[in-house]
Amino acid sequence: MYKIVEARSVGFKIKQFTIEAPRIARKQQPGQFIILRLHENGERIPLTIKCSDPEAGTVTIVVQSIGKTTSLLNCLETGDYILDIVGPLGHPSEIGKFGTVAILAGSVGTAMALPTANALKAAGNHVVFIEGARNNEMVVFEDEVRAASNETYIMTDDGSYGEQGLVTKKLNDLLADGRKIDFVLAVGPVPMMRAVSQVTKPLGIKTMVSLNSIMVDGTGMCGGCRVLMGDKSKFACVDGPEFDASQVNFEVLMQRNTMYRDKECQSLKRFEENKEAELEMVRSQFAKEEHNA
Amino acid sequence: MPDKKNSLPNRERMKIARIHMPERDATVRSRNFEEVNLGLSAEDAQIEATRCIGCAKPGCVTDCPVGVKIREVVDLIYAGDYLAAASKMREDNALPAITGRVCPQENQCEGGCILGKKGQAVAIGNLERFIADFERTSGQLGLPTIAPSTGKSVAIVGSGPAGLSAAGDLIQKGHRVRVFEALHELGGVLVYGIPEFRLPKTIVKGEVNNLRKMGVEFETNVIVGKSVTIDELMNDEHFDAVFVATGAGLPRFLGVPGEHLNGVYSANEFLTRVNLMRAYNFPEADEPVYDCRDRDVIVVGGGNTAMDAVRTARRLGAKSATLVYRRSEEEMPARAEEVKHAKEEGVEFRMLTNPEEFIGDEKGWLTGARCVKMELGEPDASGRRSPVEIKGSDFILPAHLVIIGVGTTANPLIQSTTPDLQTTKKNYIVIDEESTRTSKRGVFAGGDIVTGGATVILAMGAGRKAARSIHEYLVSGVWETVPAPVQ
Repeated sequence: MYKIVEARSVGFKIKQFTIEAPRIARKQQPGQFIILRLHENGERIPLTIKCSDPEAGTVTIVVQSIGKTTSLLNCLETGDYILDIVGPLGHPSEIGKFGTVAILAGSVGTAMALPTANALKAAGNHVVFIEGARNNEMVVFEDEVRAASNETYIMTDDGSYGEQGLVTKKLNDLLADGRKIDFVLAVGPVPMMRAVSQVTKPLGIKTMVSLNSIMVDGTGMCGGCRVLMGDKSKFACVDGPEFDASQVNFEVLMQRNTMYRDKECQSLKRFEENKEAELEMVRSQFAKEEHNA
Repeated sequence: MPDKKNSLPNRERMKIARIHMPERDATVRSRNFEEVNLGLSAEDAQIEATRCIGCAKPGCVTDCPVGVKIREVVDLIYAGDYLAAASKMREDNALPAITGRVCPQENQCEGGCILGKKGQAVAIGNLERFIADFERTSGQLGLPTIAPSTGKSVAIVGSGPAGLSAAGDLIQKGHRVRVFEALHELGGVLVYGIPEFRLPKTIVKGEVNNLRKMGVEFETNVIVGKSVTIDELMNDEHFDAVFVATGAGLPRFLGVPGEHLNGVYSANEFLTRVNLMRAYNFPEADEPVYDCRDRDVIVVGGGNTAMDAVRTARRLGAKSATLVYRRSEEEMPARAEEVKHAKEEGVEFRMLTNPEEFIGDEKGWLTGARCVKMELGEPDASGRRSPVEIKGSDFILPAHLVIIGVGTTANPLIQSTTPDLQTTKKNYIVIDEESTRTSKRGVFAGGDIVTGGATVILAMGAGRKAARSIHEYLVSGVWETVPAPVQ
């Protein structure tokens, strides 16, 4: 049982949760993630940690409602509980002094990229942060992004905020202006990360991407999250989640991420028809626990 | 000792036929996850116990990896004192309801039974299961006595069979015991690996609760090596000793083309989804698994894990469930009972066959496996005749789902964050065989993380051995006298 000490909406269908998880808070480093489960019949889903407070013993995650579990999670409020959280998982982000670093983040990926951006800036890099979102309602953490970077660009698909266009458009513009970029981190949807890699690979710019393959245990035990790096198989949970983009087979990653598409839709539909009961079920298991305690 | 003694002459005892374990009908059970074996009745257990001729030097006891006093247990069953039998069992085996179900008895206790030399061995596994189940349903637990507190504490890493049996022994000695588990549920391979139809989860829960009643503490969702290190457990959380029992680690794949196709699973993933995450109950349970209904499923491997996977696929509605193994049936490491059950349930066995490539459609979904025929050549390092490919024998086996169950390699999470823990080249933890001590003071290890993939009972044996050694260390405080581990 892990208590939600603060839940607040930060964008359209995007919510930020600060949760009591002292062991994870003590150990978390930028780029690492947790796996959580909401109820006895719940699935385990990985979510990247935005930040943690070792003193308060809390970790902060940012969740966009996409499938059933994220939608259910985003119904929870301050004072509710999460059944299981485990972590911190994966290797921390590579932090070094590279020179000029471009961080490209898509919407909720911004939360994942923030701690790494802060660490890269603290390490003495000139951080260029390009945040992309579908529209103005999905631009998140603008103030924190500005604080974590030396140069900030906001891009929206529809031009409702910042500049219109994809994050790769801004990256291409900067490169066309003759800007020297030494290191790139891209965090977001797979097509976006692939597009970034397509820009940087021919130029030989070292680029890391944070891969979101399907996971179960997160400790390397099941191998479901395997990604193809050149001709080698790697496990995103223990070998990643960040990998050298030039080696990643994005096609295989996209194909593997469709593995349960039908079932994910079925689950989500079932949840939306039965939202209240499902939420009640999650809450009742903690009412019982609280009573026992 | 029991009042009622077996007075039947040995010659008469040996005439009694071994009691057959009642089973759920194969056509019914191959469509559900209910337990296959139904258990003996008290009457049948009595008859079976009568068959024991009470050897002066019982082979069953010497051949049991944890040294259960089987002869005494059987005498107590004969006398009808089932709770006393359970209590006697628990002195050496913390998890009798589990071992009664999953031990390969034919190679252990029953393999050592003198009756088996000419006829059929006493059904020790079935008797063990009977008394454990009797005890559980009676509500009266034959718990052993706990020694007064020593003030020492032990952290156990992993709640699988090695960890649980060590916990059971150490708590009896009066030490504080806390078990750390990476997953959200306790039991390790007993809950993520072994299916419900072979070992119902309520049985594992029951045994874990018995340990709780004895005073063992449990903490789930802790990945030692990530959430906390061994050094932090010892220095910050003040554990006097640590037992590393993290089990078999990373799944092995074949390394053939096409293993990334949608529809290729490791047995670990397939079984974890179905067992731990209850994907057989989708959409009631959220976690999905590949829809096996009316599809062709191939499982690669010949051990218990492969057998569990193929029988699980059958239960999920597979049109065909085929076991592909590169050696012959004789070399299969799976338990005899699993092989028999699998065949009854309609699993096809394709022996001396090896997949060389997985083939998929343009969207990346698996359609089949290109296999080659094998023949047996000279014996290899394992003593088994090694399979040799028959040139030009390729053929395509259609498949929508392939499950790879060919073993595991060590998970390096703990080793990589514990620099003074000596490991082999393959990342298994090096221990001194006798004392189970690692190269790091106060740290012991046992089970699959030392030996590589083995069986539940061997892991339990390792847990017991470690518990004895940890107790000695905690009492004496002496570490130095032990020779350094030999690699």
